Amino acid sequence: MGAENAGGQKDPAVWARGLTKRYGEFLAVRGVDFAVRRGECFGVLGPNGAGKSTTMKMIYGRTPPTEGKLRILGMDARADMRRIKARIGVVPQEDNLDPDFTVIQNLLVFGRYFGLPRRTAAERAERLLEFVGLAERREARVEKLSGGMKRRLVIARALINDPELLILDEPTTGLDPQARQLVWSKMRELRSRGVTLLLTTHYMEEAARMCDRLVIMDQGRILAEGSPDQLIEEHAGPWTAEILLPPDRHEEARRLLDTGSRDVAGGRKREAIRGWESAEDRLLVYTMSAEEARAVGERLRHAGLGGAGFFSRPTTLDDLFLRLTGRTLREG
Amino acid sequence: MDVRAVWAVFARNMDIFRRYWLNNLVSNFFEPFLYLLGMGFGMTRYVTGIDGMSYTAFIAPGIVASTAMFAATFESTFGTYVRMVFQKTFDAIIATPVNVEEVAVGELLYGAAKAGIVGIIILAVVELFGFVPQWHASALLVPLVAVVVGLLFSSLGMTAATLVPQIDHFNYYITLFITPMFVFSGIFFPLGGLPNGVQAVAWFTPLMHAVRMSRELVFGQWTHVAADALWLTVVTAALVWPPVVLLRRKLIR
Ligand SMILES: Nc1ncnc2c1ncn2[C@@H]1O[C@H](COP(=O)(O)OP(=O)(O)O)[C@@H](O)[C@H]1O
Ligand SMILES: [Mg+2]
Repeated sequence: MGAENAGGQKDPAVWARGLTKRYGEFLAVRGVDFAVRRGECFGVLGPNGAGKSTTMKMIYGRTPPTEGKLRILGMDARADMRRIKARIGVVPQEDNLDPDFTVIQNLLVFGRYFGLPRRTAAERAERLLEFVGLAERREARVEKLSGGMKRRLVIARALINDPELLILDEPTTGLDPQARQLVWSKMRELRSRGVTLLLTTHYMEEAARMCDRLVIMDQGRILAEGSPDQLIEEHAGPWTAEILLPPDRHEEARRLLDTGSRDVAGGRKREAIRGWESAEDRLLVYTMSAEEARAVGERLRHAGLGGAGFFSRPTTLDDLFLRLTGRTLREG
Repeated sequence: MDVRAVWAVFARNMDIFRRYWLNNLVSNFFEPFLYLLGMGFGMTRYVTGIDGMSYTAFIAPGIVASTAMFAATFESTFGTYVRMVFQKTFDAIIATPVNVEEVAVGELLYGAAKAGIVGIIILAVVELFGFVPQWHASALLVPLVAVVVGLLFSSLGMTAATLVPQIDHFNYYITLFITPMFVFSGIFFPLGGLPNGVQAVAWFTPLMHAVRMSRELVFGQWTHVAADALWLTVVTAALVWPPVVLLRRKLIR
């Protein structure tokens, strides 16, 4: 950590220790620790109700932490919130554009909240509309915009103060695939310009594609932290053998694979099975390579297990989430 | 409290006011204008003047004060509630360096300014139509009364806005509190003729003081001006802070 209140470039963008939020008796965030480095894209992946938005709201000063330490850009979240807010941008989960104003006015009015000189705000607003591809809708009323356009306008609005850290709470939820791609490309562009991105999502694909590092959050806790590859490597294996199999035969398959792995000695390298998971009528076996995954399927088929269907595929964050929580992300 | 932050909130609302000036004109000026025209012209034939003035002249200053009250009331109840709950405007603002207290104060000042603007325009209409044949130069202070009335009723309205569970509860506030005040504040008839009990109750209502003060300023009588000014100032000062505190309690959990 740098000196108190320094807010210098060397401090992490966000640093949280034991960060906790209680609503009445309910613990929405239960003592989480994490750090977001400067210039990276950091993701918080988790199902609805995990506490992602609450964590973001503590970071952007919308709700005070109940307990724990929280520093943003080297400044203390409790003591320095006004200075912190001047240097971050926020894309909240719910669009809260000003419906009484046009597209351009939304940006100008926001510039005023940041105390920007009128000229500066006007120049930036034009550039930002260009950036998010809304220059032609400059004079449109906000209500006339599509969901994707609104989202892009919220992103432009969050950039009016030229923030070092951009916080995006579920930036693409509810958007169609095309609109989502567009938002992603804008986020990548920002990242390449050195803006630190902190985003929450419950889309596995979004987390895997966008994030340098991420945490997996569930029920107010962080279950794992690392880069997408690292997480998969650590908690499962890069390749998954997925076998369609009635649940009552999973145990049998597991026993077979267990002994199989032990029996094979000497010349042939045995499959390094990193773990398994039963998910309804699917048995997932995590391995270190495509060959090993295929070998697993092979062996089960010889034993008359899993003739109905078998895939060898890369392990996803969805699998990882299942492994960490016993539930899929989609079940929430 | 940062003055520039308060200004930014105030300016946001003023931008909206300018953008929808026609709408504002119709909703704020038309009704008082009808009162002046209808009650004034209609009643003048039957009422041969109160305290030596025509009936229209008698009601005109009170209409200015009550218009200020209504403008501030609607803005701080329905207007504030819509911004706070439906449009999430305050959520957006407090993600910037502007804090909740500055939002509250900006909103209150806007209510006061709107009441002042509305007051000036009604006063101009009164002059334009010659509703008051002879008025005193002290009438120029009436817009100031309108601003204070605006701040006072914005504070009350915003307090209500932070407490009501649903938007339609403002109907209770308006029918049970604002409308009776409008009727019994001495706009349409002198309160002197009412039972002492009613007069005593009226003394506790802000509008009664605003109406009396406006009337005396328009006609250059100074009997109660100082007392009413003091009453309004003290009460306004006391009512301004609760909504500021309550807004934080409502928004920040
Ligand atoms: N203002 C609030 N009051 C009470 N409970 C809340 C409040 N905000 C969120 N919660 C609860 O906290 C939990 C986490 O919510 P949230 O942070 O919004 O999750 P996520 O963004 O991951 O979906 C949920 O169970 C939610 O119901
Ligand atoms: Mg959320």
